[in-house]
Amino acid sequence: MNRKDWLLFLGVGLFIGVFPLVVLQFKAVSHYVDVMIFAGIFSLVCLGLSMLMGFAGQISMAQAAFFGIGAYASGILTSRFGLNPWAAMPVGVALSASVAWLIGIPTLRLKGHYLAMATLGFGVIVHIILGEEVEWTGGPSGLVDIPGLSLFGRPVTNDVHWYYLVWGIVFLALVFCLHVIHSRVGRALRAIHEEETAAEAMGVPTARFKLQVFVLSAVFAAVAGSLYTHYVTCLNPGSFNLMWSIRFLLMVMVGGMRSLWGAIMGTVLLTFVGNEWLQVFADFEVLIYGAILLVVAMFFPGGLVSLVPRWPGPRKDPIPAASDGGS
Amino acid sequence: MDSHDFGKAILELEDITMQFGGITALQGVTYQVPPDVIQAVIGPNGAGKTTLFHCISGLLQPTSGCVRMNGHRINGLPPHRITALGIARTFQHVALFKSMTVLENVMLARHPRTHSGFLATGFRLPGMRSEEKQIRESAACFLDFVGLEDDAHLEAGTLPLGKQKILEIARALATEPRLVLLDEPAGGLNMRETEELGELIRRIREKGTTVMLVEHDMNLIMEISDRILVLHYGRHLATGTPVEIKDHPAVIEAYLGEG
Amino acid sequence: MTEHTLAMDILQYTISGLTVGVIYAMVALGYNIIYNVTEIINFAQGEFVMLGGLFAAFFVGTFGMPIHFAFFSAVFTTACVGLIMERFVIRRARNTGVLSLIIITIAISIMLKGSAMLWWGKDPYSLPPFSSGGPIMIGGAALQPQALWIFGVSALVVLLLTLFFRRSVYGKAMLACADNPGAARMVGIPVRQMVLLSFILSAAIGAAAGVVITPISMMEYDRGAMLGLKGFGAAVLGGLGQFFGALVAGAILGLAESFCAGYLSSGYKDAVALVLLLLALFFKPEGIFGSGEAAKLKKF
Repeated sequence: MNRKDWLLFLGVGLFIGVFPLVVLQFKAVSHYVDVMIFAGIFSLVCLGLSMLMGFAGQISMAQAAFFGIGAYASGILTSRFGLNPWAAMPVGVALSASVAWLIGIPTLRLKGHYLAMATLGFGVIVHIILGEEVEWTGGPSGLVDIPGLSLFGRPVTNDVHWYYLVWGIVFLALVFCLHVIHSRVGRALRAIHEEETAAEAMGVPTARFKLQVFVLSAVFAAVAGSLYTHYVTCLNPGSFNLMWSIRFLLMVMVGGMRSLWGAIMGTVLLTFVGNEWLQVFADFEVLIYGAILLVVAMFFPGGLVSLVPRWPGPRKDPIPAASDGGS
Repeated sequence: MDSHDFGKAILELEDITMQFGGITALQGVTYQVPPDVIQAVIGPNGAGKTTLFHCISGLLQPTSGCVRMNGHRINGLPPHRITALGIARTFQHVALFKSMTVLENVMLARHPRTHSGFLATGFRLPGMRSEEKQIRESAACFLDFVGLEDDAHLEAGTLPLGKQKILEIARALATEPRLVLLDEPAGGLNMRETEELGELIRRIREKGTTVMLVEHDMNLIMEISDRILVLHYGRHLATGTPVEIKDHPAVIEAYLGEG
Repeated sequence: MTEHTLAMDILQYTISGLTVGVIYAMVALGYNIIYNVTEIINFAQGEFVMLGGLFAAFFVGTFGMPIHFAFFSAVFTTACVGLIMERFVIRRARNTGVLSLIIITIAISIMLKGSAMLWWGKDPYSLPPFSSGGPIMIGGAALQPQALWIFGVSALVVLLLTLFFRRSVYGKAMLACADNPGAARMVGIPVRQMVLLSFILSAAIGAAAGVVITPISMMEYDRGAMLGLKGFGAAVLGGLGQFFGALVAGAILGLAESFCAGYLSSGYKDAVALVLLLLALFFKPEGIFGSGEAAKLKKF
């Protein structure tokens, strides 16, 4: 993380920190806390997708599937087998990671259109399974009676507590990702995005890195899925269909593919758009999402962050004085 | 089979054949590159020079034949493993990471000599910080070596072509190769830049790195190479010192015949 | 004495499998035409099928057009949608890179879906069959006359396309665009018009498939994605860019789906084609009829 990231971290952290305190003062918008909890959960998915698509350049239309695997694993284990949610979450994450690993080995050999279609196909298959395995998932009528989350022996029932829990996890994930991208691994991912052959020729095991970042995105999505499950306490396959994968894609695109901050910004914005402002035009939702996606892809490929004026002051990554002149 | 008479050769090519569908790009090329030399590979267009580099660096698998480095077979290994073993390359059509800075391009190339993975970097484990610092310092050294230190923070895509070519070389050197393959490094350079390039290539050899280069600029070749391999239609045509090659009847005919 | 036999079942599943398989093949043809000219995979291909079916239902239901006339009107209208899509979106985004193009065609696909939902609502629409008369019984299995129309229309489409690309100057020019747009432009081929034509053609073919299948399986606003995916499966399995391959692969997918629905589970019938698509992508991305050598040279 560089200076800019730390400053943003402070600013955004402060905003997120005081948001519920301010919002709860006004009755009309007090439910924004609830919207922000969803935004936080989706942010986790989008952070993973931003790493995968924005940095490593590998498109995935299957994020809703990994979100769903995490959600249903958690939901089934807690509601049917009485497992503690905190024990179910790692199981769901491990399952999602294993599936991503298995499916990723052949999938990530594909590029461009083929990769998009393969992940799309996989996502739809998972959605079909969630709807068909009625014995396990409850099928289209859904899975109910899922317990909520407990922390330190007390059930988390208050939305404000949920809010801080979710956003705490988002910030941990964000710090992890920021560290990764400003490092050897991050450079390798960006290199794969730009010139895969050259990256391989410079000694980067491209296949391994693509697989690892794919698994990472699946892990984040599964954690998000598990949180989602215990927050809403009932599940329906409709939350994990193709449209949701497209929504995650849209969130990342709107904020800015090549910025983790952008991913969070886009997610918060679109969650508000979807949960709040579009409720009146529910029938227009799909059309509007399509239009936004089209406009962003055509005219603002860098997303919202690219519209922010460049950070003031010269960029100073100190270059160390070459000690021995290199000879 | 590894106990060859040419055990001291850094690179051995044994009967390399490369076919694309019905087209034969390389036909039974056998050759040894001794260490610490500047080895040129020349030949008319379509002679198979770049294909040969692809076969050595692992971007292509030869249809048959064997590539050995210091006696160990390397064909069949993925390109990143071959780089880690000590063969680096540049690309004929510049393949820099254009939106990364000049320094970052070279830092990326420290990849095979460093280790931190996702967990180490994500959690900032102690070893990773010192490694990152060391990557930055050694990358700066390599920029210094080729003379690009002043451009370290520019985006690589914004450099003029001449500097991009030099950056490609710096990036290859940063992987600490024992053998570096330069694919037309002088292509698109003006005379002064070409002269400086020749100087740089000599300094690379003096550092103890064997240089293999494909080049069309005959003045440069004749001036700096120790040995020349001539390919013609994918076949080994002639070998020798620049003086020998200059007067080699088969070579003259091949080039004139192309005319 | 309608005794139910295994042979009858198999025949029945074969007939219904081939019927939908031909539809998948036509969707695949749409992918192939655009791919052959532009090397773009159009993620909105399935929506053309949906639009064809719903436009036809609209023309029949609202204007009381006879079905055959509605067929041509729907094909024409959908072809216009293809034209607009290329002229005002794809053309402006040609040089933005593969990732952007994928996202743009996905965006168009959900916009078409969203518009269809606004216009037609969420209910399925039906169409009268192209010709009246009860099912023809063959060895105890029922063959809908509409299925014959489906086979006929698709056979005609394949025949015309083959003639177009093999014989006509325009068709050959279109193929040249994909090989090397720069060179094609140099020898005087209007590359832009060719790309436009490819979108119009594949929209029209998709729409034709949509109209002929609607009397059998009805049509609703959200069918496009699944039809598109299965059609893509047929395109890949048959070897991207190969017309004959698409036909055979479409039939294979349709049969696999129909037999799965009959003998295994009807809920998973949609998954069968997708699993075959994934298997093809993983193990034989050049397809059954494509050559591996050629596939290496393609920019996926």
